[in-house]
Amino acid sequence: MRNILKIAVRNLARFGRRTLLTSSLITLDIVGVLLFIAVAGSFKTIMIGQFTDSMLGHLEVHRKGYVASIDSLPLNLNMQPTMVGKVEQALKATDAVDAYSERIKLGAMFSNFTETTSIRISGIDPAKEIATVPLLPGRVIGDKRAGALLNPGEILIPELIARGLKVKAGDTVVLVATNRDGSVNGKTFSVAGVMQSASGPGGKDGYISIDDARALLRMKEAEVSEIAIRLKNPAQIEAVYAQLSKELSAIAGAGAGAGAGTGSADKSASAGKGGGSGLEVHTWAALSPFSNIANMIDLLAVFIKIMMVSIVLISVMNVMMMAVYERVREIGTISAIGTPPRRILALFITEGLLLGLGGAALGTLISLAAIYALNIWKITVKFGMQQAIVLSPAVSARDVVIIAALVAVMALLASLQPAWKASRMDPVTALGHV
Amino acid sequence: MALIRAEELVKTYRTGEVDVHAVRGVDFAIESKSFVVFVGPSGSGKTTLLNMIGCLDRPTGGKLAVVDTDVGTLDRPAAAEFRGKHIGFVFQDFNLIPVLTVYENIEYPLIMVQDWPEKKRREQVMRLLKAVGMSGQENKRPDQISGGQKQRVAVARALATDAKLVLADEPTANLDHDTAYHIIELMKKMRDEFGTTFVFSTHDPKIMGEAEVTFTLEDGRIQQPSPRPVAIHA
Ligand SMILES: Nc1ncnc2c1ncn2[C@@H]1O[C@H](COP(=O)(O)OP(=O)(O)OP(=O)(O)O)[C@@H](O)[C@H]1O
Ligand SMILES: [Mg+2]
Repeated sequence: MRNILKIAVRNLARFGRRTLLTSSLITLDIVGVLLFIAVAGSFKTIMIGQFTDSMLGHLEVHRKGYVASIDSLPLNLNMQPTMVGKVEQALKATDAVDAYSERIKLGAMFSNFTETTSIRISGIDPAKEIATVPLLPGRVIGDKRAGALLNPGEILIPELIARGLKVKAGDTVVLVATNRDGSVNGKTFSVAGVMQSASGPGGKDGYISIDDARALLRMKEAEVSEIAIRLKNPAQIEAVYAQLSKELSAIAGAGAGAGAGTGSADKSASAGKGGGSGLEVHTWAALSPFSNIANMIDLLAVFIKIMMVSIVLISVMNVMMMAVYERVREIGTISAIGTPPRRILALFITEGLLLGLGGAALGTLISLAAIYALNIWKITVKFGMQQAIVLSPAVSARDVVIIAALVAVMALLASLQPAWKASRMDPVTALGHV
Repeated sequence: MALIRAEELVKTYRTGEVDVHAVRGVDFAIESKSFVVFVGPSGSGKTTLLNMIGCLDRPTGGKLAVVDTDVGTLDRPAAAEFRGKHIGFVFQDFNLIPVLTVYENIEYPLIMVQDWPEKKRREQVMRLLKAVGMSGQENKRPDQISGGQKQRVAVARALATDAKLVLADEPTANLDHDTAYHIIELMKKMRDEFGTTFVFSTHDPKIMGEAEVTFTLEDGRIQQPSPRPVAIHA
C-alpha cells in the first residue's frame, strides 16, 4: 500500500502542471461551496431571527382549527382559560422554553373619525410579548418614547395605515370590532407609535393591550387566541415542537369536558372544519410564507453541492482518463511482469483519490481562513427593519466533513472507470502501443 | 526434464476476414539453465512465440508447457500470477517505470508482484545491483542513465523474484553494437550465476552467435532445430 501511494504521488508530481490545475479547480470548488454554506447559512439565521424575534416567536399554540381559518381570526376558536392554564403549566415545565406570550387576535375597523380601514389587532401583555419577540420594540419607527412600549388605552399602528390615514403618535383613533355574539363594540385609543411591518410592506398589524382587546370584544372570560413561544435555542425548534405536540394533545384530551361545552354552544362556521377542543402547535415556518426563502437557500445549497460534485467528477475523470491513455505502455509493462490487476486498479484509484483529497484539503483550509477573515471584516447586510446586520458566517465541522467525504467519493467514482480500464488492459496490446 | 516444451504449437491471428498464421506448428524443447536465441526475418513469428512462452498470449493450437504447467489453459489472472512467479521480462525499450529510481525499479516486483519482507528485498536488490554492475547508481532515475544502463537495470528487475526463466524480445535492438554485446554477456553471466534460463530473440547476427541454442524461424516454422556448441567469442 505504501508503495502504491508512493507511485501515485510521484505520478501526480510527474504531471505536475495538470495535477495543479485540476486540484486547484477542486480547491476553488470547495471554497465556493463552503463559503456559500457559511454566508447563506448566516444570512438564513438572521432572516429567520427577524421573523421569529419580531413577530411570530419560534412556536405558536392554537386551538385546533384556528390556523386553518386564521385569515378570519375566528373568535369562536379561542382557547378557554382552563385550557390556557394547562398549556402554561406544560410550557413552564419545559426547560427549552425561554418565554411565552398570550395573544388575542381580532379583525377590526380602524377609524381616524374621517376615514376607516380594516386592521388586524393583536392584544398583548407588552412585557411578556417583548420577552417572547424581543425585536418588537425595534419595529417602532422614529424616536423611542420614554417609558412603556404600550400602555392600556394605547395602540401601536402599522406604517401603512399611519401613512394612508395620516395618523401619527398621540392622535386619538377608534377601533370597532364585531363580538362573538354578533354585536358591535367600539373603543377609542391613543396612538402610542407607528410600527414597521415585519412581514413586508403590505402588513396591517396593530397592537393593543390584551385587556383592552378583551374589553373591546366584551369577553367574559380570559380567552386567548394564540400563545407564542420563544425557545432558549432556536436549533431545538423541531424537537420542542414534537414534544409539545405530544404533551398538548394529552392535555386537550383531559380538558375535553370544559372545552367541548363552549365549543358546542358555538353556532360557528368553523365547527364543521374540525374546530374542537384540541390544541395544535405550529413552528414559525409553518405559519410564515417567508419560510420558503429559508427553504430556497437550502435548495440553492443543494444545487451548488451538485455542481461541485459534477465538477469534481468531470475533472478527476478527465485527468485519470488522460493518465491511463498516456501510460498505456507502462501499464503493459507492469502487467506483463505479473502485477495483479487489482493492484493496477488500486494504483490508479489512489491517484484519482489523492487528486480529489489534495484539492479538498487545500480548499477546506482556504475556506476556513476566508470564513475567519469574513468574521473579522464584519460583512453587513440589510434585512427587514434592521439596517446593518453583521453576518457571522460559520461552517459546522459536520458540513466540512460531509463536503470532504463527498469530494473523496466523487474522486473515487471518477477514477473507477479509467482504473478499471487500466487493470483490464491486455499486456501485449498495451506493450505494442506507441 | 525440459523447462519449456512445445508440441505442434500454433498461433493464428484472426484479423477481420483473413487469418494470419504467425506460428504454424512448431516443436521444440528448452532445457533448464540454457541460453537460447530465436532468430529469423521480420514477421517470422519470434515475438509471437516468445509471447506465448511468456503467457502474454495464448496458443490457438498444440501444446505448450512451461515450468511443468500447461500454459495454454491459463486464464488472464492465472497467467498474470504465473508470470509474476516464474518469468522475468526484458523489453526492447527497457520499459523501466519512469517515476521510480533504479533501486525502486528492481524492487518493484518484490513489492507489487510478490510480497517480500523489507530486509530480504534490500539484500536482493543490492546483490542484483552489484551483479549487473549498477552499484552506486541506485538513486538515479531512468532518465538519468544510458540505454545500456537501463537494460542492465531491466535485467536485474527480471531476475529480482528469482524467476526460472527470463524472456527478452530483441533486448539489444535499441542499443549500439558494443553495448548490445555487453548486455548479452551480462545475461549469460547471470545465467551462470543464478542458473536462470534465458530465451531471447534478435536480428543481429553477431549477437546470435553468443547463444548456446539457436532456433531459426521462418514464416512461422522452425527451420533448423540445431543446438550449437558454445560460441567462443574472440
Ligand atoms: N496481434 C496481431 N494481429 C494480427 N497479426 C499479427 C499480430 N501480431 C503479429 N501478427 C502477425 O504475425 C506474424 C508474426 O509476427 P511477429 O511479430 O511474431 O514476428 P517477428 O518475428 O517478431 O517480427 P519482427 O522481427 O519484425 O519483430 C506477422 O505476419 C505479423 O504481422
Ligand atoms: Mg518481434
